[in-house]
Amino acid sequence: MNQQELIPHLFRTEYRKIASVLCKWLGIENMETAEDLASETFLAALETWSYHGVPPNPTAWLYTVAKNKTRNLLARDQLFREKIRKNLSQTDVSEESNPIDLSEQNITDSQLQMLFAICHPSLPAESQIGLALRILCGFGIEEIAIAFLSNKETINKRLTRAREKLRTEQVKIEFPGPGEVAKRLESVLTTLYLLFSEGYYSEIDDNVMREELCLEAMRLTFLLIDNPQTNLPAVNALFSLMCFHSSRFEARKGDAGEIILYDDQDESKWNQELIARGAYHLSQAASGNAFTKYHLEAGIAYWHTQKADTKEKWEAILHFYNQLLQLEYSPIAALNRTYALSKVKGKEVAIVEARRLNLATNPFYFLLLGELYNGINDQQAKQYFQSAISLTKSVAARQVLEMKIKRLDVDR
Amino acid sequence: MLIFRHQDGQKVASPEQIQEWMKQTMDWIGGIAAQNKFSGGNGLSFDGCKVVWHNNVVTNGPFGEIKETIGGYIMVKADSVDEAVEFAKGCPVLMGEGNSVEVRRIAKRDGVH
Repeated sequence: MNQQELIPHLFRTEYRKIASVLCKWLGIENMETAEDLASETFLAALETWSYHGVPPNPTAWLYTVAKNKTRNLLARDQLFREKIRKNLSQTDVSEESNPIDLSEQNITDSQLQMLFAICHPSLPAESQIGLALRILCGFGIEEIAIAFLSNKETINKRLTRAREKLRTEQVKIEFPGPGEVAKRLESVLTTLYLLFSEGYYSEIDDNVMREELCLEAMRLTFLLIDNPQTNLPAVNALFSLMCFHSSRFEARKGDAGEIILYDDQDESKWNQELIARGAYHLSQAASGNAFTKYHLEAGIAYWHTQKADTKEKWEAILHFYNQLLQLEYSPIAALNRTYALSKVKGKEVAIVEARRLNLATNPFYFLLLGELYNGINDQQAKQYFQSAISLTKSVAARQVLEMKIKRLDVDR
Repeated sequence: MLIFRHQDGQKVASPEQIQEWMKQTMDWIGGIAAQNKFSGGNGLSFDGCKVVWHNNVVTNGPFGEIKETIGGYIMVKADSVDEAVEFAKGCPVLMGEGNSVEVRRIAKRDGVH
């Protein structure tokens, strides 16, 4: 790896570690300082390495510089020192009694604890995701803005408010107590699930970005699986569904960056290793009595790794969607359930139920209707695809819909 | 609330039949839930069921003395009784002759319902 590739690579893997450890050390009220120190460390690497070459152990170099920068800041700034002293609740903030610990163990612990702190129930989901992307995934403000289809200013404001909230709520960067893990874990899993969905289903037109979001969500979920206290059935179910879905990343990417629909995908491009991992974690998820929406979604995702259109497959999927909707309604589940219904009971039955869904502002509603009318009334189907186009903001989705219309024209 | 009333609780169904009913019921409930109108419900088992009579007389079910039994219920978020009735019409219980679905408003303590 040459230097030009090395620094971005290290930034991806090391920024979050340094930021988490420093934030834990400095206290949550100094979160932004920790982020800045981590960023400055990389800036220093960029400057120094360009002139003097890459040191033999670049990671160790980064850790040393991060520590020095923190030390310098403390030495320089009396006021800041006082603040930190309060956080550490001890008189001696010199490093002898309380060193900044960048050992592997503390890095892992700090990231996990940061995850719990960031996913604090007092923050709205979008702020949780934003902070997670910033601190635990090392995303820049601009990248986060792209991920949220928003602008830098809005994201900056959102993050500032979120940090402020964590400060006023005095959220501790620590592992929740044994009685609390399950409850706190719920909002952590919601955030990770949303982060993954953001990547998998979003209207972002940048393929690389979408995959990146999914992979980060998986990496963070795996942090939970790696820790015995959080290696719980719901976490395994969530990880399993992420594995199943991401197994199709390669297959759904066209040469020109367009999305290749499930039915048109080349199965040989499905990642069998990820499918096998998904199956493993699904079996882990089956231990114990917990039965969550992640279990149901993992079940649905499992069946989607079986390409053949069997009766068994669609009955199972319909069954899972029926249960999922009873547990928690969502428009996308309602639409998918109706699609599964059409596969089990035919399009006519599904059309009747689709009409009752009351989702006439949702582009996917018209996509569904278009699919259901395809072959029954092609003219009508075309109109529905047109309606979907007028409602969607995504270029990729529009391409897919236009292709569907074109196919209808060819078929006739 | 939609209450499923079965005319004859003593009828014994085969496991396959029960599974088929279950599937149909799940599909029916799924359709209501897909409209975001489902709010809860339960099937009621006959296992270990008892009937408590006046003077604390307790008998075992199934119930020869009772013409109708309740097989389960679901609660829906309907905007009107008519809408609830439309939901009820799709209930698979109604495929059995003599069975019925009772539609009842849940009494709220707001003085209105």
